[in-house]
Amino acid sequence: MRSIIAEFPEELVAHRERIAAFARDEGLDFFPVLFELVDFDQINQIAAYGGFPQRYPHWRFGMEYERLKKSHRYGLSRIYEMVINNDPCYAYLLADNAMVDHKTVMAHVYGHCDFFKNNIWFRHTNRKMMDEMANHATRVRRHIERRGFETVERFVDTCLSLEHLIDPHSVFMRREAPARRSDEDESDIEHQVVRYPAKRYMDRFINPPANIRAERERLTERREREKHKHPAKPLRDVLLFLLKHAPLEDWEADLLAMIREEAYYFAPQGQTKIMNEGWATYWHSTIMTRYALRDDELVTYCDHHSGTLASGPGQLNPYKIGLELWRDIEFRWNTGRYGKEYDECEDIARRRTWGGTRDLPEHIIGKESPGREKIFEVRKIYNDVTFIDEFLTPEFVEEHNLYHYRYDPATGRMVVVDRDFDKIKRQLLFALTNHGQPYIYVVDGNYANRGELYLAHKPTGMDLQIKYATETLKRLHTIWRRPVHLQARIRDEMVRFSFDGEQLQQQTISDDLPKPAHQV
Amino acid sequence: MVLKIQKDHQRFRQIVKGRIREDLRKFLTRGELLGKEGKHLISIPVRGIDIPTFRYGDNDDGGVGSGDAQAGDAVDANAEGIGPGGTEPGRHILEVEVSLEELADILGEELRLPRIQPKGRKQITSEKDRYSGIRQSGPESLRHFKRTFRRALRRQIMTGTYDPNHPRVVFERRDKMYRSWKTVLQPQSNAVIVYMMDVSGSMGDEQKELVRLEAFWIDAWLRRNYHGIESRYIVHDVRAAEVDRDTFFHLREDGGTKISSAFRCARELLDSHYAPGEWNVYLFHFSDGDNSSDSDSRECCRILREELLPAVNLFGYCQVASAYGSGNFITVLHDQLPNLENMTTTRVNNKDDIYDSLKAFFAQGR
Repeated sequence: MRSIIAEFPEELVAHRERIAAFARDEGLDFFPVLFELVDFDQINQIAAYGGFPQRYPHWRFGMEYERLKKSHRYGLSRIYEMVINNDPCYAYLLADNAMVDHKTVMAHVYGHCDFFKNNIWFRHTNRKMMDEMANHATRVRRHIERRGFETVERFVDTCLSLEHLIDPHSVFMRREAPARRSDEDESDIEHQVVRYPAKRYMDRFINPPANIRAERERLTERREREKHKHPAKPLRDVLLFLLKHAPLEDWEADLLAMIREEAYYFAPQGQTKIMNEGWATYWHSTIMTRYALRDDELVTYCDHHSGTLASGPGQLNPYKIGLELWRDIEFRWNTGRYGKEYDECEDIARRRTWGGTRDLPEHIIGKESPGREKIFEVRKIYNDVTFIDEFLTPEFVEEHNLYHYRYDPATGRMVVVDRDFDKIKRQLLFALTNHGQPYIYVVDGNYANRGELYLAHKPTGMDLQIKYATETLKRLHTIWRRPVHLQARIRDEMVRFSFDGEQLQQQTISDDLPKPAHQV
Repeated sequence: MVLKIQKDHQRFRQIVKGRIREDLRKFLTRGELLGKEGKHLISIPVRGIDIPTFRYGDNDDGGVGSGDAQAGDAVDANAEGIGPGGTEPGRHILEVEVSLEELADILGEELRLPRIQPKGRKQITSEKDRYSGIRQSGPESLRHFKRTFRRALRRQIMTGTYDPNHPRVVFERRDKMYRSWKTVLQPQSNAVIVYMMDVSGSMGDEQKELVRLEAFWIDAWLRRNYHGIESRYIVHDVRAAEVDRDTFFHLREDGGTKISSAFRCARELLDSHYAPGEWNVYLFHFSDGDNSSDSDSRECCRILREELLPAVNLFGYCQVASAYGSGNFITVLHDQLPNLENMTTTRVNNKDDIYDSLKAFFAQGR
């Protein structure tokens, strides 16, 4: 969709150049950014497509489009901007926004682009995703021509039920050992046998040969046992396992691989929501208030800026908490409020004034300050979970009035429980871990030696929703084509759900049932 | 220009309408497009399809919010915000508040409700104020904050009293700007809604909640269509009495059910206050349909046919599902009073049915 509704006006070009220069001067490092002016219908389409001008045909994009369009038409909410992680970055400006909004959005977009380019969790994303998405669209259309619309659509539906079952960390490491030659086996086991350092004459007492022998046998036996296990270890990347081992036709494998690829592309964005939005907000605020804002635009800017940072009761706005955390980190490192000495100081009055108060002189808060250096380092190597874990402090929770709420069975409402720091932090981390999704593993691909697939939910204190779990299991069966099982803890009881193509069964796990190859 | 997404959109609409992909029907949801009316969040029906995935059940583990709340305060949380949010970055979304009038419009548009045509009676005109301009004097409650602020800021900068280190902007009288209005004449017709509810022992809290929601939307829609509407409330078990709104939704009684008592009570109310020639009358009756005797049900039909129906724009009977009782009053109405155009009956078993029920009541634009 290259149809730009208006020529990019000269005035905007000038602003774009100036803002990009300010951003570079402050140390931001981004891919080239291509801005496009679009109207409401276009931005709603792009947003429904997840930021891309082209996606494969599927009703769920239509659903999202309807929701966005209505939400906009009824004046409930409106989209200001969209930006996608690509080299070059593409960003969209809403044509009938005021000039001050365009400037804010552009500054915001440069913040996002810097984050995309430099944050390590984006390191392995495809920077030509724009082209890749267009290719996906073409491939799906080709399959539709050959197989029929509904056949393909049904299969995409099935894949979408499973799209979260990936292993976002796997791109950074080697989960599976490469295939081994048998003579390597021996020496590998020798490495694994534990030997304590000892002088030679003491060796047979510290590392008794009998023990070493027993250990070696145990390891060999385990290796033998694992050879018959499939997979060798519990696997989080269920989609990969299906791709390798499910009886898929070529076109089905192609669709599944495509959806898996897209899931891996989007995963880091879910992992860094707070950081990424906070970072972009930090930069639009810095660039606008220090350089780009014209006096007559001030009130409108403030109005819209505070609008994006507002949060209602029971809500925590990722823009707001992200921005405040970034500012807090910068301030703490500018005033030296970190390290052993500060952490161990119990004098509250001294802590409060440590290294100076909020009104720091210009040369300390500028672009070469230690605080700036720190936030650039943090934006490189953290994700939301490690970010909150490391930088959410009791002082921050107190200053920003955070509280913890939960369901109260007596009134049937959500009520505020308390402002306990540990609980708040735990709650936030839980909500962010694995993007709030349950951990599901393939624990046996040849369950009971009958070629059945066995998945397990790793218990984390919260139960799976049974209705959706069983429906998902049914869809999984259409891919595996043999009976499928899911093990989960429901109300403190281990339960096995099974679907064999006709009947859905739910059994409490007891010793009578065959055990899967692994447990999680 | 035709957008590519139109095809996906049409496909989605067809699935929702049930023309294709029957297998997806069970995943249909009444999505929430949340609107805020004052402090209350109200969800507007927008259909969606929820693709099943492995996910956690109801989050009774709560969440984290920010603000000045005390322990024990309720938060009207739809528990969004941080956590499993969207995966798309940089989608700035701004939320706006919606008035009750706009909510009713949205509902009307979603359910494709026609505007109500008031009955052809003598029209009274009334005056209504429309805010359309700005002027320099007016009551404080109509002060236009943004314009006033800008003028004050400009004046302070010009006179050099603005101090960037202490950015305090003080309004003076000459800074202030106020909204101004024009008075327009509007034809007005009078309308009254009479709500009747069965409060016998078989109506539990769940049923009451359904009635409350249904009544909220009936109110919203009719208020959108008439100005100066009145609402009256009648409760009954074996006897009926008029009560105020609060009692209506919270009263709990035991005992049997005699629906005719409510109909008689409604007739007396109409006779004494609302002459059918002057008023558009709406009657709604909520019950679990478990009337005490067949003879009483026959009596109900007689009252309806001879006395109530000729006088009203619409009589809506809404039967809520209950764990007890036969719930056969709705069948009696169908048998005894077939094909009456100003009577509509609906069944409401859960919250989702409310929208269908509203649609049934107001589809004819009466």
